[in-house]
Amino acid sequence: MTYLIAFIIIALLAVIAVQIGKVSELAASVRGEEEVAEQNNNRTGFFLVVFMVGFLAFCVISAYYYKDVMLGYGPWESSSEHGKDLDYLFNVTLVFTGIVFIITHVLLFWYAYKYRQQKGRKAVFLVHDTKLELIWTAIPAIVMAYLVANGLVVWNNVTAELGPDDQYIEIEATGYQFAWDLRHPGADGKLGTKDFRLINVANNAIGMDWTDPKSQDDILYSGSDKIVLPVDTTVRVRITSKDVLHNFYLPHFRVKMDAVPGLPTYFIFKPTKTTAQMRQELRAYPEWNVPADPTDPEGPKRWEDFQYELACAELCGIGHYSMRRIIEIVERPEYEVWLASQKATYPSTVRGQDFDPLKDKLLLDFEIGARSRELDNMSTSIWSKVKQGDRSTIDSLTLDEITIRLKNVFFETGSANLNEASYFELDHIAGLLGKYPQINLEVSGHTDSTGDPVANKALSLERAQAVYNRLVNKSVSASRLNVSGYGQEKPVDSNETEDGRTNNRRTELKVISK
Amino acid sequence: MANISIHPDDIIIQEQGFDDHFHDHHHGDKYQSSFINHYVFSMDHKVIARQFLVTGIIWAIIGAFMSIIFRLQLGFPEESLTWIKPLLGKWITVDAEGIGKLAPEFYYALVTMHGTILVFFVLTAGLSGTFSNLLIPFQLGARDMASPFLNMLSYWFFFMAGCVMFYSLFLNTGPFSGGWTAYPPLSALPQASTGSGAGMTLWLVSLTLFVVSVLLGGINYITTVLNLRTLGMSLWRMPLTIWAFFVTAILGVLSFPVLASGFFMLMMDRGLGTSFFLSEIFIGGEALDRVGGSPILYQHLFWFLGHPEVYIIILPAMGIVSEVLAVHARKPIFGYRAMVYSILAIGFLSFIVWAHHMFMSGVNPFISNFFVVFTLIIAVPSAVKVFNWITTLWGGNIRLNTAMLFAIGFVSMFISGGLTGIFLGNSAIDIQMHDTYFVVAHFHIVMGVAAFFGMFAGIYHWYPKMYSRFMNETLGKIHFWGTIIGAYAIFWPMHYIGMAGVPRRYYRFDTFDAFKHFDSMNKFITIAAILVFAIQILFVINFFYSIWKGKKMTTRNPYNATTLEWTTPIEPIHGNWPGKLPRVHRWAYDYNKDEREFVSQITPMREGEAEDH
Repeated sequence: MTYLIAFIIIALLAVIAVQIGKVSELAASVRGEEEVAEQNNNRTGFFLVVFMVGFLAFCVISAYYYKDVMLGYGPWESSSEHGKDLDYLFNVTLVFTGIVFIITHVLLFWYAYKYRQQKGRKAVFLVHDTKLELIWTAIPAIVMAYLVANGLVVWNNVTAELGPDDQYIEIEATGYQFAWDLRHPGADGKLGTKDFRLINVANNAIGMDWTDPKSQDDILYSGSDKIVLPVDTTVRVRITSKDVLHNFYLPHFRVKMDAVPGLPTYFIFKPTKTTAQMRQELRAYPEWNVPADPTDPEGPKRWEDFQYELACAELCGIGHYSMRRIIEIVERPEYEVWLASQKATYPSTVRGQDFDPLKDKLLLDFEIGARSRELDNMSTSIWSKVKQGDRSTIDSLTLDEITIRLKNVFFETGSANLNEASYFELDHIAGLLGKYPQINLEVSGHTDSTGDPVANKALSLERAQAVYNRLVNKSVSASRLNVSGYGQEKPVDSNETEDGRTNNRRTELKVISK
Repeated sequence: MANISIHPDDIIIQEQGFDDHFHDHHHGDKYQSSFINHYVFSMDHKVIARQFLVTGIIWAIIGAFMSIIFRLQLGFPEESLTWIKPLLGKWITVDAEGIGKLAPEFYYALVTMHGTILVFFVLTAGLSGTFSNLLIPFQLGARDMASPFLNMLSYWFFFMAGCVMFYSLFLNTGPFSGGWTAYPPLSALPQASTGSGAGMTLWLVSLTLFVVSVLLGGINYITTVLNLRTLGMSLWRMPLTIWAFFVTAILGVLSFPVLASGFFMLMMDRGLGTSFFLSEIFIGGEALDRVGGSPILYQHLFWFLGHPEVYIIILPAMGIVSEVLAVHARKPIFGYRAMVYSILAIGFLSFIVWAHHMFMSGVNPFISNFFVVFTLIIAVPSAVKVFNWITTLWGGNIRLNTAMLFAIGFVSMFISGGLTGIFLGNSAIDIQMHDTYFVVAHFHIVMGVAAFFGMFAGIYHWYPKMYSRFMNETLGKIHFWGTIIGAYAIFWPMHYIGMAGVPRRYYRFDTFDAFKHFDSMNKFITIAAILVFAIQILFVINFFYSIWKGKKMTTRNPYNATTLEWTTPIEPIHGNWPGKLPRVHRWAYDYNKDEREFVSQITPMREGEAEDH
């Protein structure tokens, strides 16, 4: 029924339109075609001028009304260093084109009105004018040359690759239908290699090659995690895609580059405003002082909710409009704190799992590095305080502080033979003992409560002895070391659980006074 | 032939004309002897022109209606679209509360089809196809095209392309939905998008047929212009329309085969397991065994057509506008030679600027330097054309009829849209503007609306030459004012949305805080789009009503124009001129040269009269 009514209305409108046409033609023939034509011509000419004035006013007024979206102005000032150049170039072009736009429009409509057909007027026979034509070929050519020169300088600055001495953080963005995987290079500052054949939806989202040491400390942010970057630091984004084309687009930073499968691209930018700073600036504008969620008038204001957003700007399928991620810009110290709290992807989710290609290797370089730093820190903070024969300092420290629970010392099951992988930790401790000659240690072996207590005790002593032997081999004076085997006598955890039993099977070094 | 009311033009043609013995070897009119030969499989350029035009109008209505549906989604995302379910079926999903939502797959299909249809079927075939066919033989003084048979094939290949594309709208998986540029890998892999299955196959088949149509037409136009000009019609006496159609045809013949080669590679990637455009892809849970290709290669091939294509669209409009402005201003076009050189310069430059569509695609940034330079050089001949059009109005005696209004409107649109091109052609600014609504505003104004204005100017102006009747002027003026005001209301605000950074091709904007605060502007644009669409319906009514009921043409040359098409009889005949072909003695723009208000091209020079242009 609705459709019928709609159809009838359309049909009626059509009839009305035809009738208007007919009536105007009839009226013209009644009143004399020529007279009507001249009247119409006058009226249309007048309309053209009215239109011109109205249109130009509309352009200027709307531009003023929407001044907040003008690049480089107010809340829409660029948040990156190169963005300011882009905004400047935009505004220079706006001035030139604006002038041309207004002049040509005024002339176009004014001439159409002024030279409308009137009785007795004869058109001028003007074929061409070389001088005039040269002038208006030269002027656009000069203006264009100016804009091109400016534009190319900015373009080549923006797209210039970084040199080997430049300080920067390189992150990676991998687009896929329909989200981004962002990768931080971790402590080494280098992104590891990846291969699309290694991609596994469950445990290797972008196909990182875990056997590459550079990959092992990389941090992958999937899903909706935000990534944090420091202000005033050059950021190089490596941009890739897993499936179709995407485009890495940061509107506030004037950053845009396609993500192409099989062809990594890049964009280099330097954020100049932190998220917090941007919020404070936006606070000054009334349109940012409305509730962020219109249905919740008591909720946070728009400026309080402001975030730098990452979007996709290349059609990639039905979810193209939803590839949002947040980039947070903070001050450098805050960034360092954040980075320290981040867990590298490989050690936290892959290491030791069935799908870890390195699961047969007991100790990897990054683990050696991390343990070395841990032991070094311990020695500088604890051992350095202990003086020769200083019992009171040792007593003032907690048991945890004076004890090193060996982490990377591996024995073959049921035996006291040290695995080769164990040498690193013991040798490193031997080195530290060389630096702190006043330190004396008790080497003690412990087991869990399973099995025969007597045999356990014997095994624990043998294992402690093996550690002792290695240390003495590495030129630690035997007189500085005591050896004991406690078996299951000194558990540090429950023997009821598997985890607890694992913790209880251990070899320890404790600072003692001699 | 002893008719007392013999037209003076016929006398001149009979005296001066060129006898090509047209009727000597002519045994009955085989061309137009039956309804089928006359109206369907016609080889007559005038009929083929009308076929292109009517087909183009039908496609324009379909394409514009699609834009209304996706504008409703963008302007009123919360409103129910249940009312359109009878038409769109499963693409409208109705939830428990009865609220009908447009499926995102189909939103993207609509956007894609809108672009493809308007660019290729309406503004290439509908504009260039119509007016090249109509005017090249008429204004050159030729009986027909060089090969009427190829000309007929050109239309029917276009028709077949349209049928295949139309059929694809009804596929279960929907028509192609990866954007009118069809970038792989999205377009190459059916697992990337439902529309990239059968929809994409049909899209490729359709556009391949379309390329055949353009090539057959183009070869014909070029040959006709070079070989079938009548006696005295030197290249420098051709009207600017013909120059524009000529260069357009050359652009088409040189660039469409490159597109076709890209299409063939894409077909092979889709069907034969090659990897021209594919490399290192993990999709649908598996890593594809397709390495070594480059998606960017396709973009180069596509835009090597794609950029000349925008001039294939706009040059005919420029030619039409130049002609309409001169005729109705009663003045010669200002700087005729500069206009011709501009057309040639634009045509040449259009081949070396394609990568300005690809500044952000991952091509070497150094290469972009050249494309920035060439791109902004195009602004110079374009500016010259604009200044010349404006100067043509200066000192005229202007008839402000509908055709003229659309020609003036074209100049306004071309300025507005051309100037924003200066922003986008500068790669540094393009970093921020690329793929935002600023681009949408730019190209819709400069090659969408402007080309439509040129087309409307041409239709209103040459309608009497097509149907021997006039379109209604009052309705025409309502159409003009509604269209120019409405078109600016649609596209001007898009500049602001684009400057705010809102990307194009978004199904909804509320997913991003930066993009979601333009609700009222999007509503405004949608309402303006609906009104403009309604106004176009008025044009369609006027067009079809006038075919049968329009004011009759009572004189041969109603506009007092100088070109040859107005020396033919009111009722079109096969072969265009009844006897000899007209002989040309002068250029096409002798308006108010001396005491004569206009001097037709067939009028011999007076003694001592100089051809000063």
